[in-house]
Amino acid sequence: MAAALDATPFNFVAIVLLVSMGAGLLGSLLGLGGGLILIPVLTLVLKVDIRYAVGASIVSVIATSSGAAAAYVRDGLANLRVAMFLELATVAGALTGALLAGMVGGRALYFLFGAVMAYSALAMLRKLREDGGPRVEPPPDALADRLALHGSYYDASTEREVTYRVHRPLAGLGLMYLAGTVSGLLGIGSGALKVPAMDLAMRLPIKVSTATSNFMIGVTAAASAGIYFARGDIDPFIAGPVCVGVTLGAFAGSRYLTKLKSGSLRMLFVAVLLWVSFEMLSKGIRG
Amino acid sequence: MSTQAPESLPPPETTATAVHPAVHPAVHPETVPLTPELLISQLLRGGVLLSMSLVTCGMVMTFFRHPDYFSSPDALQRLTSPDSAPHRLADVFEGVLAVRGQSFVMAGLLVMITVPVLRVALSLGIFRAQKDRTFSAITTGVLALLLLAFLLGSVE
Repeated sequence: MAAALDATPFNFVAIVLLVSMGAGLLGSLLGLGGGLILIPVLTLVLKVDIRYAVGASIVSVIATSSGAAAAYVRDGLANLRVAMFLELATVAGALTGALLAGMVGGRALYFLFGAVMAYSALAMLRKLREDGGPRVEPPPDALADRLALHGSYYDASTEREVTYRVHRPLAGLGLMYLAGTVSGLLGIGSGALKVPAMDLAMRLPIKVSTATSNFMIGVTAAASAGIYFARGDIDPFIAGPVCVGVTLGAFAGSRYLTKLKSGSLRMLFVAVLLWVSFEMLSKGIRG
Repeated sequence: MSTQAPESLPPPETTATAVHPAVHPAVHPETVPLTPELLISQLLRGGVLLSMSLVTCGMVMTFFRHPDYFSSPDALQRLTSPDSAPHRLADVFEGVLAVRGQSFVMAGLLVMITVPVLRVALSLGIFRAQKDRTFSAITTGVLALLLLAFLLGSVE
């Protein structure tokens, strides 16, 4: 409840709107839903009940995804076939997560999540160092060929058409199932898990990973959002300004992504991953 | 962005002299067909815009109807307390008919939740039109899982 906050409803809406715009901007730049930024601010600073923070977050996750994805899809950055193939796993995972939610302890969950994120961040950092060397062409993959998952995109920063081949789709499917389960359990988009799965396991270019993750997050979140609505966890007074603010921020973010150099984007992403995993691990240890 | 149709509105001097009557459609043949990417992009954009308009209208209506929301801190506690929100489809529908601001916001949020499901349904139509059996099956699977999630949610 907003008991500790001595604000009028109008001030509250204005603050929530501004915070959501910032979260939406950052979220779309990183391929995250913005929920990881929003939930702490809503609960700790604005004293909103955690139930409503999570309910507002899940709708904002869909808003970020759809708002930014509209631009990524038009610009050909998101790979629609890879997205649909992987959504089989993320939606199945979201269902599993929602069913598991009552059985798993919160602390174990935070700890597991923090560990997975720290691993992803370190693996990305290692790859960042290797970027100077010659690019190793992944061996041909029969399933990726059969499903015609390979693609190409126009990179605005180097002004060249980049073609890429998809590697290990089944490994990606497995990792996406895990990402979907985490999303269903925690009510977040879990783009932080989706991007490394595509970037590292499937060898998609980072910009394609980020755009495709954003495109997929909405479908995963929609699976859990219906449940949150039925429970009455979506309060329009909070979720309304969150939804509008995040959409505006995400729209602005999608304007900048094609102009960012891959190196700086990855560096920013690693920093956020490490920070969030530290928060998660400390929550898992301290309870 | 919206696709402009330059051929439908030729500049006046071109029509008057009739120098290039059939040039415009022939020069840009690739702008005519709607690609699957463009269709999906426009569905996402349209859905988000509809949702945003409903939510914004609802928020403005709420403050219009309750001027005390600008000055009274007590009202905030009431608004963010449990069970203040409509959470059944019938309640939302009734509220919209009664022109209640918060119900408009809720209707907008429900539109937002529906957009990804419609996107998957549209993709299914596209893959079927392309006679892509494998991806039609994959997309049907995703849609079935989504509907199962909504069913499980309403049972809970």
